[in-house]
Amino acid sequence: PNLEHPAYPAAALLRLESLVPCRESQVSMLLSIFGERQQFSFPSIFIYGHTSSGKTYVMQNLLKTLQLPHVFVNCVEYFTSQLLLEEILVQLQSCSSKPEQASHVRCNTSNDFVRLFKQAVVSQELQDQTVYIVLDRAEQLREMEANILPAFLRLQELTDRNVTVILLSEIVWELFRPSTGCFEPLTLYFPDYSIGHLQKILSQNHPPEYSADFYAAYINILLGVFYNVCRDLKELQHLAVLNFSKYCEPVVSGEANERDTRKLWKNIEPHLKKAMQTVYLREISSSQWERLQDDDGDPGQLKGLSAHTHVELPYYSKFLLIAAYLASYNPVRTDKRFFLKHHGKIRKTNFMKKHEKTSNHLLGPKPFPLDRLLAILYSIVDNRVAPTANIFTQITSLVTLQLLSVVGHNDQLDVPRYKCTVSLDFIRAIAR
Amino acid sequence: FRETNNESGDSKLRLATCQSLWNQIKSETEQIQEDLNKQLFDNLVDFLRRSHLEFQEKTTKWNCQMKSREIPAAALVLGVNVTDHDLTFRSFSEVLRNNVTRYIALLEAKDCPDVKNLMQKLMGQLMNCYIEVDSLEDEDSVQVSQNRIRCSMTSLINWYESVTKTTDSETPSKKRASSSRLWLSPPVVVIFRDMESFTTKVLQDFIVISSQHIHELPLVLIFGIATSPMIIHSLLPYSVSSLLCIELFQSLSCKEHLSSIIEKLLLTNQFPFKLGEKALQVLINIFLYHDFSVQNFIKGFQFCMVEHFYTQPLSVLCCQLVDAKKRVNSLSHDQCENVRKLPSFRRYVEAQVSEKQIALLTEDSVLKEIVQKLLEDMDVYHENYISVLRCLHVFTSSLPKYPLGKQIRELHCACLENQVWETEEYESSLQLARMLNKSDLVTMLQQCVEILVSSSGNEFDKAVEKLKEFLTQFQKLEEAFQERDVSVSSQKELQKKTDLYHLQKTLLELKESRRSKKLTKFEMLRLEVVDYIDSLVRKYLVPADHKTLHEIVYFNTASVLRGHLNAAPRIALHTALNNPYYYLKNQALKCDGGSISNKAPDICIVYKLHLECGRLINLVDWLEAFSTVVMSAEGPNADAASSDQVDDVVHARFIRAVSELELLGFIKPSKQKTDHVARLTWGSC
Repeated sequence: PNLEHPAYPAAALLRLESLVPCRESQVSMLLSIFGERQQFSFPSIFIYGHTSSGKTYVMQNLLKTLQLPHVFVNCVEYFTSQLLLEEILVQLQSCSSKPEQASHVRCNTSNDFVRLFKQAVVSQELQDQTVYIVLDRAEQLREMEANILPAFLRLQELTDRNVTVILLSEIVWELFRPSTGCFEPLTLYFPDYSIGHLQKILSQNHPPEYSADFYAAYINILLGVFYNVCRDLKELQHLAVLNFSKYCEPVVSGEANERDTRKLWKNIEPHLKKAMQTVYLREISSSQWERLQDDDGDPGQLKGLSAHTHVELPYYSKFLLIAAYLASYNPVRTDKRFFLKHHGKIRKTNFMKKHEKTSNHLLGPKPFPLDRLLAILYSIVDNRVAPTANIFTQITSLVTLQLLSVVGHNDQLDVPRYKCTVSLDFIRAIAR
Repeated sequence: FRETNNESGDSKLRLATCQSLWNQIKSETEQIQEDLNKQLFDNLVDFLRRSHLEFQEKTTKWNCQMKSREIPAAALVLGVNVTDHDLTFRSFSEVLRNNVTRYIALLEAKDCPDVKNLMQKLMGQLMNCYIEVDSLEDEDSVQVSQNRIRCSMTSLINWYESVTKTTDSETPSKKRASSSRLWLSPPVVVIFRDMESFTTKVLQDFIVISSQHIHELPLVLIFGIATSPMIIHSLLPYSVSSLLCIELFQSLSCKEHLSSIIEKLLLTNQFPFKLGEKALQVLINIFLYHDFSVQNFIKGFQFCMVEHFYTQPLSVLCCQLVDAKKRVNSLSHDQCENVRKLPSFRRYVEAQVSEKQIALLTEDSVLKEIVQKLLEDMDVYHENYISVLRCLHVFTSSLPKYPLGKQIRELHCACLENQVWETEEYESSLQLARMLNKSDLVTMLQQCVEILVSSSGNEFDKAVEKLKEFLTQFQKLEEAFQERDVSVSSQKELQKKTDLYHLQKTLLELKESRRSKKLTKFEMLRLEVVDYIDSLVRKYLVPADHKTLHEIVYFNTASVLRGHLNAAPRIALHTALNNPYYYLKNQALKCDGGSISNKAPDICIVYKLHLECGRLINLVDWLEAFSTVVMSAEGPNADAASSDQVDDVVHARFIRAVSELELLGFIKPSKQKTDHVARLTWGSC
């Protein structure tokens, strides 16, 4: 038992410990900050760490097992400050023991929020406990009104109630700090899980039909294949479940027993490698993958998403796109040389200046005006092109297809400028 | 229709014919579309059914618990013909509503600049569709509450729960029938019509939000993609796309769609109205060169039809043969005169003997009889034409390099254009056909036999017999071939005893002789076959405009079509300014090319003057020239007074005209020189 705290029952702590493996030090740190129920805690805590390092999971389990009054809100989901504040109030109303129907309140500003929050705390009889407000994906707060983040940081002071705000984010605090300055929260870092941690956590949830050792061996193989490319716990777990039935196949058919790791490894390894190229990249969906496993099909039949790169375009759209590409990647000066029949002599010596040696492809596409696009189009198409409305609508439809993009304002009718956004490979495929 | 100079009854009849024909065609095309999309829709419906099985059964199996729940998503690749998508999506949601779920929201990028709008739109559509289904509820109360409702996922979930609960608790007798089709908790389908246009942030946020609630709300996303599925990866970062379980569905390519439409609309005898070569070519060109839109093709076809019925008084006869015969009998004298005016009919008359010529030109009854006969001929001609065209297509479509085109529509155009057997391409394709190997030839012949047998025309009995005869001959040839093989091998056995050099020599000789001998026999047969096909083509694939009375059913004025469908704003503007008579039809404006008339509107004068200038135009010179032109109208009596000073009125007119030109985008003020404007166009157009 690593977790010890006089304020909380030992059984709950033990359960908590089993729920959050490999995060004992962080949890005990948090517990010591929280103190006892009635004690005032630090006003705001900022927890950061990489994707799936267990921030949300640890906080949820911690607050739930210890039965601390808390509110858990995801800032992506409640995308405006009004929604966010109202959601906090609603959750607060329902978090006490009595299941009273939460009445809807309107709350537009942080001023209202402070007032309503005080009321809610009183009505729920939470004055003598610390209320925790957890804001997940707190980086979204920066995009709301400027006063929201500072207000949350010193909510304890503003409301004069026992409340602690916990911000969870994937980015460091330095990127949050507003220019006007604010209350500095206590920052806490959740480090990435090491490979040992991953092994331990993943093996914990073994299926009931098989022994823990058997599953652990499987996880070991899985990590051996995937650890180099993916350290996301969630993703690894997903992959583990997806491929486990394949791993068990020899055991089920009786070809090998559970201890025959070598044989099992030989069976699963190519399969996992294939999975890395397909499912992991979401080239084919996991349900398709499962079906493939079930009927032992060859994944080669199922073409992934990137296999369908070919785009069929109408004749003139192709030329328009090629013209746009040329206009984007060739400097204006060379137009005369490339597209005019009688372009005169090229002086080779000073044609290539030094800085132009870097390929234009490295610099990315440059914007070009509509006139230039059409001029190039007329010169690359063999027969005469009538400037009909059809041609112009095709330019717009190329823009909606995201093959071209408009530079500058959308409503600038005067001289619209475009950029070509497709790659050289795409153009090559079209030009064929 | 009212403006035609015929009596009203006739034009009414034409209108009715046109409308009924169009309705037929419309239903036919819709049917085709439905059939083509059926496969795709079936797959999608299947996918939707499958996608939330787990939600249905509430399984507690180990692997279902452990797996992170992904949002099922279908990537629907529809091709670049965005205009067609509307219809596809509409029929798709119809199918869904009938088969899977009634909770469908169709989102467009232009409605959803941010997540808030997206959610509002989504909830509005979902809740409205609920009201549509059972209108028991008080509409007003719902309307009011909808404005007040908080647009968040929680309220959406609450709504979903309440909806599914009420459906469950409703009287079983009423719901029993439908619940076998729609199950207890139907998925909520969100269709993103144009995935490319959505901003990444909106999509990402929405997916993240909905992935949090996938346990409570069975959501299915459908992405309509116009370009390639790679766009998903470029729009969504890995952290988001890993929340999705994407399956790919590909719709039929629009080219195939067009081919089937052409096949069903033009290459049948079902519809009396036909497109001539030039008109068809214009429509196909618009399709291939510009938009890939089948809808536009059909619209163009409709336009051709309307135009044909509007301009051609004899189009009354453009209907099914039985009706046409009746209508011929009731033709008025004017109409008969119209028939006589038709160029093809005149050609026909000139080919007749003189007594008959007179009879045809003077007596209406004789004319009617002949017209009936000719119409019948026409019908038979169409029937034969189509069958033989298909046969020829069987041959030409497998030749290397496709001298006559790969698609049957290309062949059709070639045949309509002129006598196909006179073209070089036909010659070369026959030459190639003479080099076909046997197995190909046999399969082609079999296909031809099938086509001819299935066609309703009864002229083909002989042709079928002939082709079958060829087939049996081929078979015999094959048998003979095998027999000889056996005999040759026995010969070889005998010769094995001689020395090696001799053996080689004799074998070579044998081989050569065998090849030349057998090939001649096979070749002869092959030649015969090709010649026979050639004769069929010459007999039946006569271009339509060689047929008498083809004007009645063929629409061939491509210039009108082009003028209406290929809008050319620049050219129209140029003609309007350069030659105002073209649009204004004012006799005073009629002028001969070069000179600048002073009666034209000011802007035309200014425009013409500016055409003569270079890139930068001096305003003073321009004004000078303008006033000269205008003043010449006033006559010689005024010139003395205003020789050196430009009249204020003229000045004002000039300024107005110039600013009008600027508004039209021909010039813009230049910063390089004061008193100058820059031309934005080049050349003289």
